[in-house]
Amino acid sequence: MRTIFYLIRKEFLQIFRDKFIGKAIFAIPIVQMLILVPAVTFEIRNVKMCVIDRDRSVESRALISQLEGSSFFRVTHTTLSGKEAFDLMHRDQCDLLLEIPAGFGKNMGNGVPSRLMVPVNAINATHAQLTWGYVSGVIRDYNLNLAASKTGDIGLSAVPKMDITHRYWYNEMLNYKYYMLPGVLGILVLAIAFVLAGLNLVKEKESGTIEQINVTPVRKYQFIAAKMVPFLVIGLIDLALGIAVGMAVFQMPFEGHALLLFLSSFIFMIAALGVALFVSTFTHTQQQFMFAGFFFMIIFMLMSGIFTPLESMPEWARTINLFNPVAYIMRINRMVMLKGSVFGDIKGDICALTAIALVSTLFAIWKYRKSA
Amino acid sequence: MRNEQKQEVIRASGIAKSFGTTEALKEISFGVNEGEIFGFIGPDGAGKTTLFRILTTLLLPGKGSMTVLGRDVVREFRKLRGEIGYMPGRFSLYMDLTVGENLRFYASVFGTTIEENYDLIRDIYTHIEPFTNRLAGRLSGGMKQKLALSCALIHRPRLLVLDEPTTGVDAVSRTEFWEMLRQLREHRITVLVSTPYMDEAMRCDRVALLQEGRILAIDTPENIRQGYSRRLYSVRSAEKFRLITALRKFPETRTAWPFGEDVHVTFREEGRASGLENFLREVGITDARITEIRAGIEDCFLELMGGAHAGP
Repeated sequence: MRTIFYLIRKEFLQIFRDKFIGKAIFAIPIVQMLILVPAVTFEIRNVKMCVIDRDRSVESRALISQLEGSSFFRVTHTTLSGKEAFDLMHRDQCDLLLEIPAGFGKNMGNGVPSRLMVPVNAINATHAQLTWGYVSGVIRDYNLNLAASKTGDIGLSAVPKMDITHRYWYNEMLNYKYYMLPGVLGILVLAIAFVLAGLNLVKEKESGTIEQINVTPVRKYQFIAAKMVPFLVIGLIDLALGIAVGMAVFQMPFEGHALLLFLSSFIFMIAALGVALFVSTFTHTQQQFMFAGFFFMIIFMLMSGIFTPLESMPEWARTINLFNPVAYIMRINRMVMLKGSVFGDIKGDICALTAIALVSTLFAIWKYRKSA
Repeated sequence: MRNEQKQEVIRASGIAKSFGTTEALKEISFGVNEGEIFGFIGPDGAGKTTLFRILTTLLLPGKGSMTVLGRDVVREFRKLRGEIGYMPGRFSLYMDLTVGENLRFYASVFGTTIEENYDLIRDIYTHIEPFTNRLAGRLSGGMKQKLALSCALIHRPRLLVLDEPTTGVDAVSRTEFWEMLRQLREHRITVLVSTPYMDEAMRCDRVALLQEGRILAIDTPENIRQGYSRRLYSVRSAEKFRLITALRKFPETRTAWPFGEDVHVTFREEGRASGLENFLREVGITDARITEIRAGIEDCFLELMGGAHAGP
């Protein structure tokens, strides 16, 4: 036990001896929150729209002004040439075309259905879907108003119709920052655990200092534990810093218990550290580790559900995610922070994380013993 | 007989180790007695480091068995680790810790303190004590080596294993270093050292000549020198390159090896040096000085190596 203490003291000495890392480990969470949270958002504003109005009627202008009235669209071009419009899209001058056919207004008056054409630039699929969602929403509203006014005209004001109101629970304003922030906190903790701890161990291999440790009576589990503890402490401090920034700068709600969040993150970090240390057992230089580690990090992150909902992933991806610690912490963070979930709600996730943490750490120790 | 065996601190029998298809060690056996400075002499790639890594429990032997300080290197490696001091060939202390921090760290992981064993390292450590607060990475080569030696000794090991400790160290520091090793005998510490420098062999009590994973000879340096079977001549000329070429053309020459300023020569038949002077003058080397000399370790090594190459 005393040996572990001496080893940990040595790690801290080295971490804070490094002028850059010593400061960066506390500056990075703050900067990461300030940059990543506002940047990684799905909100779409000011979509550049090109209008081909072949009708030029009262009705067509009403539709255009209704689209322009929302903050989502900005009419940047108007033209009568379809070729020119597609050319504009091709040159990235606009992302959305709205073609209103001639006779739109007249047909409308006669009760004949009209067709609008709305091509969307789908280079960015998410962007395109959201844009389309907004457009169809506005057109639907326009349709309803139209129906109401027409039916009002002939005096059938009591036509029964369904009026749908929706409410976004746990994130009333559908604020994407609230959705992203708990996820970014998870990524932050992952980066500290994975990169710093993993590189640290590989550095000992690369510089040969591990040889000198191996001839001492220091046991492998002591060595691994001493590599984990400092980064667990730093990771949890960074998590606290990140939450503080989130609440102060982005008015992040925090519905659940801080203790539960920290407990989950603690277990999550052990899992991440275990995987990082495992990767470090089969790499010999810091460069090799970064290369292999990057692979794991990217897979963990992109599959975690930070950007795309887990539920919409294919079956095989969801199976892989059973072993992805980041997927669990992503869910836990959001549940605890936005929904105020208690232990009972997320105990399945916590148990799974604990299992991953145990297996990966034991595996790292076992692999390390075998190789050294 | 019994007494003698008791004094043996290392007994290796039939140690072999392969890496893939490369045989680093080919069934070597040797013994090291307590309190002696035992040297492994051999060129790079002879298997010195592999042998030392097996000895210090860092590597498992492929074949054979070895006991160090009465403990089996495979089964009792953990106990053994507390009793060996190892200084790897490459500087392996923490560059980003200070001199004092490194020493204190290694003392602590062995469960001891600097104060407890200070008497053992005093003579070495006093040289670097003024730099206690300097980062180890900022020390000069000789200083690094003294710090590494202090760290390897801080837990009062009974056996000190040094892998090429003087490689890349200046001549003055090398002499100083060997002086320090001599002093360790007072503390009854056995020293096992490897070096590619033949001149350092003379400073050992006994040496083993290692070549391509085989031991060519084990004896005191003096006995090894006496075992040299031929008469050896040293030839010197201002034009060394032409001299070697000429010597190798001389029909009676058996071997001609460059040794610093000189060329060491042996002949097929003893006492045929007489014709050489004329031969050299004929090819235009007029300033050649030929003297008969006593063989050094390196000469012996080259002779033994030649034997190994020409072997069955």
